Amino acid sequence: MHQTFDAALEINLLHANQEGADHNRAHFDEWGITCLNVMSSPGAGKTALLECTLAALSPELKIAVIEGDMTTELDADRLRQYHVPVIAINTGRSCHLDSKMVAGGIHRFSHDYHPSEFDLVLVENVGNLVCPAEFEVGEHAKVALLSVTEGEDKPLKYPFMFQEADCLLITKMDLAPHLDVDVNQIVANVRQMNSRVTIIFVSAKTGEGLDAWFDWIRSTVIAQTEVQKQRISAIV
Amino acid sequence: MHETDMTKALILTVRDWWESQPERPTIAKVHLTVGQFTCVEPASLQFAFEVQTRNTFLDGATLAIQETPLVAFCHSCQQEYRPEMGIQYACPACRSPMEDIRSGRELKIDRIECKT
Repeated sequence: MHQTFDAALEINLLHANQEGADHNRAHFDEWGITCLNVMSSPGAGKTALLECTLAALSPELKIAVIEGDMTTELDADRLRQYHVPVIAINTGRSCHLDSKMVAGGIHRFSHDYHPSEFDLVLVENVGNLVCPAEFEVGEHAKVALLSVTEGEDKPLKYPFMFQEADCLLITKMDLAPHLDVDVNQIVANVRQMNSRVTIIFVSAKTGEGLDAWFDWIRSTVIAQTEVQKQRISAIV
Repeated sequence: MHETDMTKALILTVRDWWESQPERPTIAKVHLTVGQFTCVEPASLQFAFEVQTRNTFLDGATLAIQETPLVAFCHSCQQEYRPEMGIQYACPACRSPMEDIRSGRELKIDRIECKT
């Protein structure tokens, strides 16, 4: 006679990814590195923003980039011109980075460099407004980009990304005067689901707003380093 | 694509549990709770599960998905409300931002039905 029974699991589907993300973050903390996960739809200007960021901040902060791309190294090659380590991860058919892929990148990075000499790791996620929001990679903060050409409704249609973001960059502001876009409406739509996010208007082309973005990075790195130091002194 | 990865994660978790069982029971059904405010589409998950479990220890097992609605709690009004996905997330009464999500973010393996 067959018997049937139920087994209660109550486990999150993304349990394994979450554990991997915590593991990655523990490595970053041990090395005194702040990690930012940079996400947006394809073409919102992540790589252009990172180019400006590396040019401006690499003299004062030691930066490495983990670059997620489905099949090419085009973005990684653009960023290598700034003489910082760029670890390229081809995600293949996967439309987002997950914690295991980033762990592979961290492994290569720690093999080739001295990670404790670094201050900041910028993870450029695969261009996609949906999936990257569900897969944490070990970041300390999430940065989302939305370009003015994408329209006001995107935060409402793809709320996951915007709801979790710590910093939102509204990009390509130089184009705003040429478009029928209401930038205030973008902000209002984001604020409906995220009241604490820092919103900065930028243009990588004209340089508008970039100083505010650099200041946000500086203060995030300082705050994170402080937390990491306190944790170490608590252990000692 | 997204659901393929989700299904892989699901199968790995169920396999860990199954291998820890002394009897290695036949799994008839896997029960999931999937919130409306997640990036997972239940129909795609069903399809991916069917394809990816073929000729594995889960061959023939079915997937039962319980969807939960997006429910938020407004602290100003001290009451729950149902945000309208894609249209309105702020509190309909006082327009406070959606801060406290009470339901809709679940991605959970609840239980497994087995036969011995």
